[in-house]
Amino acid sequence: MTAVTPNELSARPALDLTRRQLSVRRRAIDLISKVLMCVALLIAVVPLVLVIFYVIQKGAGLISMEFLTGDITSPRRAGGGMGPAVVGTLLITGAASVMSIPLGVLGAVYLNEYGKSNALARFIRMMADVMTGVPSIVMALFIYIAVVLTTKEKSGLAAAIALAALMLPVVLRSSEEMLKLVPDELRQASAALGARRWKTTVSVVLPAAISGITSGIMLAIARAAGETTPIVVCAGVASTISWNLGEMQTALPAQIFLNASSPFTPAVERAWGAALTLMVIVLVFTIIARLIASRFAIKNR
Amino acid sequence: MTTQSSTLTQKDRGRITDRAFWLLCIAAGITVLVILAAILVSTLQQSWPAMSKAGENGFFTSKLWDPNIGKFGILPFVFGTLVTSLIAVALAVPVSIGIALFLTELAPRRIKGSIVTLIDLLAAVPSVVFGLWGIYVLAPAMTPVYKWLHDTLGGIPVLGALFGEVSALNFMTAGLVLAIMIVPIITSITREVFDTVPDSDKQAAWALGATRWEMIKGAVFPHSFGGLVGGVMLGLGRAMGETIAVALLIGNSIQITANLFAPGTSIPAAIVNYFGEAGGDYTSALIGMGVVLFVVTVIVNLLAQAIVRRAEIRMRGAKA
Repeated sequence: MTAVTPNELSARPALDLTRRQLSVRRRAIDLISKVLMCVALLIAVVPLVLVIFYVIQKGAGLISMEFLTGDITSPRRAGGGMGPAVVGTLLITGAASVMSIPLGVLGAVYLNEYGKSNALARFIRMMADVMTGVPSIVMALFIYIAVVLTTKEKSGLAAAIALAALMLPVVLRSSEEMLKLVPDELRQASAALGARRWKTTVSVVLPAAISGITSGIMLAIARAAGETTPIVVCAGVASTISWNLGEMQTALPAQIFLNASSPFTPAVERAWGAALTLMVIVLVFTIIARLIASRFAIKNR
Repeated sequence: MTTQSSTLTQKDRGRITDRAFWLLCIAAGITVLVILAAILVSTLQQSWPAMSKAGENGFFTSKLWDPNIGKFGILPFVFGTLVTSLIAVALAVPVSIGIALFLTELAPRRIKGSIVTLIDLLAAVPSVVFGLWGIYVLAPAMTPVYKWLHDTLGGIPVLGALFGEVSALNFMTAGLVLAIMIVPIITSITREVFDTVPDSDKQAAWALGATRWEMIKGAVFPHSFGGLVGGVMLGLGRAMGETIAVALLIGNSIQITANLFAPGTSIPAAIVNYFGEAGGDYTSALIGMGVVLFVVTVIVNLLAQAIVRRAEIRMRGAKA
């Protein structure tokens, strides 16, 4: 039990805590795990790069004014365009957005401003999550039964309703998440000034969350624009441009699907052209969503 | 006196607007419930002609599907759906966990954001584009690989059955593309789960001198098992319902076989391929398959949610 003098302490060799002290086996396993994580990332990124590369390589040659606006011709002949499909994609996705966005945002307002965690709100929240997982083919069948069988004809409108039903839960849940981020102080301040609940919601809460809500909506639109099954099942066929939603319409995803399985080379080429057009549309929406989200993100969480 | 009454009416008007707005919001929320209920009721009703005759046409029990003679056994389609989505989950889960670990434990803050964006982009690619790419790029590129697998493993008794004769379009390619498509969703949920692991646990592992991998094994995994299972099930639900990519890649052949390199079919693919030409009982049988798919995906999703929620509650001390 001799006291350790400061002199003795410093003379003792310092404990070696560097990695070299670890056994080779532990170091090797650690290294392998790190490498595997990087490999996993690569495995996911490579297909993305390949898809984008091939779509550009095979599709870029076809893109022209004629391709984007021309009528759809026979699958055996080269030439012609995707005009009806471009118009159809814009019209159907637009109509779906007009239907689903107000419903989704109002529903989110109910969940976050009124219902909070009461039984009905919890149930709606759960069912909205379930609805996000409903396969698009089931939604397409449902709208076929509910709309197409009632009106006795396929139409762009029927497809738009199906897309709207697919978008609704996505818009609802993402908007709710954004409303949750609005600080309660804002609501209290508004209430203290004598504003009613609806006035507070419309003029304080929604504007505060609008950027996040918009970015969620943009992502929902991007996903809806790429949905194929509702178009194939509910929209029918069209080979000339029509701006009437009540008529049969076609859209880019449906054209890619039909042309991809065609035995004729011109049709397959057109599928790649349509894929590039669709990817650009989807990408533009996704990038806009990212920009809005990062530009106006609510800072305090 | 006039001012008094006008403020009163203003107050009333305010109250009415408030009430109306509440009603509007609650109606919008309930739409979700109405749509889900309507899906179940209307599809069940339309599929009843086929489902009620399950005894004669072997709807749930037979593997014979021949609309010409009124036989609608859906087993081959169920089989194909299960096989492709299980392949997809088996391939996607390790990759997703790897990416999520990379993002939460390894990546420097600077590159984290751009990697998340990349994975989100993967989710943004429309499934039909994956299908197109799968047919003309991936399937031809994979055929030699499958052939090699068939040649080297084909002779082994049990494995050999899985790696049989190679067709151009098959279960494997469909599963492969599905895997790519569900990586983003599994990754995002896994990442969320890993993020909820308490920092104190990780610090404790570091302090005991654990390497990064030992820290992950000892602190991160035990905390996130429940959430992982939930995420995997959500991915499974997505894979089962995916239509277009599978319809393009699976080869459309109604059969049940152990051979992963054989062409097959799946429920969504069959619906989208045959719906146009069907009529009468045929249509009703296809809608019946839709009902089966709907019910199964709803159950899988509900289970997944429950598992994730329970895991979260345990993590945050039963706050939610």
